Amino acid sequence: MIKLINVHKEYAKGGSALNGVSFELRKGEFCFLTGHSGAGKSTIMRLIHMADHPSSGEVRVAGYRSSTIKPREIAHLRRKIGYVFQDFRLLTDRTASANIGFALEVTGARPAVIRTKVGRLLAQVGLAAKSEALPAELSGGEQQRVAVARALANDPLVLLADEPTGNLDERATWGIFDLFREINVSGTAVLLATHNLDLVRRNPGMRVIEIDHGNIVFDSAANGGG
Amino acid sequence: MMPYVVREALRAFRRTPLLAGLSAGMIGLSLFLVGLFGIAAYNIRRVLERVESRVEVIAYLRDDAIAELVTTAQQQIGEYPEVREVIYITKEAALLKARRELPEFETLFGGLDANPLPASLEVMMRPNQSGPEAVEAVAARIRQYPFVDDVRYGSEWLDKVYLLRRVAGTATVVLGISFALVASLIIGAAIRMAIYARRDEIAIMRLVGATEDFVRRPFLIEGLLTGLGGGVLALGVTWLAFAIISRSVFRLEFMPGTWTLIGVIAGSGLGVLASAVAVRRHLHEV
Repeated sequence: MIKLINVHKEYAKGGSALNGVSFELRKGEFCFLTGHSGAGKSTIMRLIHMADHPSSGEVRVAGYRSSTIKPREIAHLRRKIGYVFQDFRLLTDRTASANIGFALEVTGARPAVIRTKVGRLLAQVGLAAKSEALPAELSGGEQQRVAVARALANDPLVLLADEPTGNLDERATWGIFDLFREINVSGTAVLLATHNLDLVRRNPGMRVIEIDHGNIVFDSAANGGG
Repeated sequence: MMPYVVREALRAFRRTPLLAGLSAGMIGLSLFLVGLFGIAAYNIRRVLERVESRVEVIAYLRDDAIAELVTTAQQQIGEYPEVREVIYITKEAALLKARRELPEFETLFGGLDANPLPASLEVMMRPNQSGPEAVEAVAARIRQYPFVDDVRYGSEWLDKVYLLRRVAGTATVVLGISFALVASLIIGAAIRMAIYARRDEIAIMRLVGATEDFVRRPFLIEGLLTGLGGGVLALGVTWLAFAIISRSVFRLEFMPGTWTLIGVIAGSGLGVLASAVAVRRHLHEV
């Protein structure tokens, strides 16, 4: 479903972010993407989201190829990709339900569909009682849950999570992680970029890809694990 | 539930009401000036229409003109496409007419030994053929007849009225375009600010799969509503100015409905166009 083939990414100002990265994420798979800050995790996420293009090599996502995708196709691809960030990126002047509904609204969903789906998503992330709360009235963990619900709004094939627990305390971190596991169990692939090795260690059966200086230095799937 | 694009456009007005008001005001001002000159041009045109229906060329004939030749000429001139009617006024008829129309000179007319007034051909122009060029062309052809002594058609004042109409028309276009350009710049600035104010939202829209057309639409609606507001404002102010001038200075006619409709549509179109240019230039910056 996601395939990176010998992907290089060089910055315009010089220097390289990725040096020939190749891996495949299959449908319904859960994978940790680990590495230090600046290792290249976020670059991989952005390339999968087609927010950036590789300098060479190819990124394939849900049938689209980075080398041939047209600008207007990118919007349609992104509806198949949920994206969660460390800083939540919620609209601060809108309620939790409005933030989630926004993702449906921009794709042209009908109001009745939006209402039903937002209610279901809020229940799924455990925030049914806080649908009318503004982001400032929610804890960090709750804000991230809203962001996760928004990412799931268009029933994505894969959920990209870029350091989603970076701003959360331990309890909230595990709450969010459990949510990702539930989402994965229901069939959505999850690619979770993190430098929180505790998360990785406590889930030994899961696939881990480690990046260092733009190179894959470890892939548990290639090493017979995961 | 209000459609998303309209809701977002209205939200932009609430966010920057001063700028939105300034944009609409500038469009309103430009269209108001266009409206004023439009009223002037329209009224000059109405005057011209009335004048044109009375435009005539008078060919004064020599005293030795042979009646049969004059009658033939009257027939020939009557067949010109620009001419509606030709009336032959004999010397006697001219004197009778002068006595009737100028009774205060009756003593003078009564004391004359001979009739000093010349015979003439009064040539009435067709209403749509009364422009200076057509009148001059007819006058030039009539002058060719050897028995025609002089041809008069009030060319000077006719030229001046037409010149006035051209000046009003040109001023309408030039002022309209100038102010429309200024209004476009202000709308462009307003849209640019709106884009920056909504940059987080735009980023999230792109994140969750909104097409670029969808991202653009609220800004275009914002431009459309600004232009529409400016157009309606201009219509109101123009009407007010018209009413004041009409009551206190001289009686005028307001522009026809189609002109005002075109003005309001032009305002809306200007708003959309200015927004489209601003969106094209600045949306990729966020």
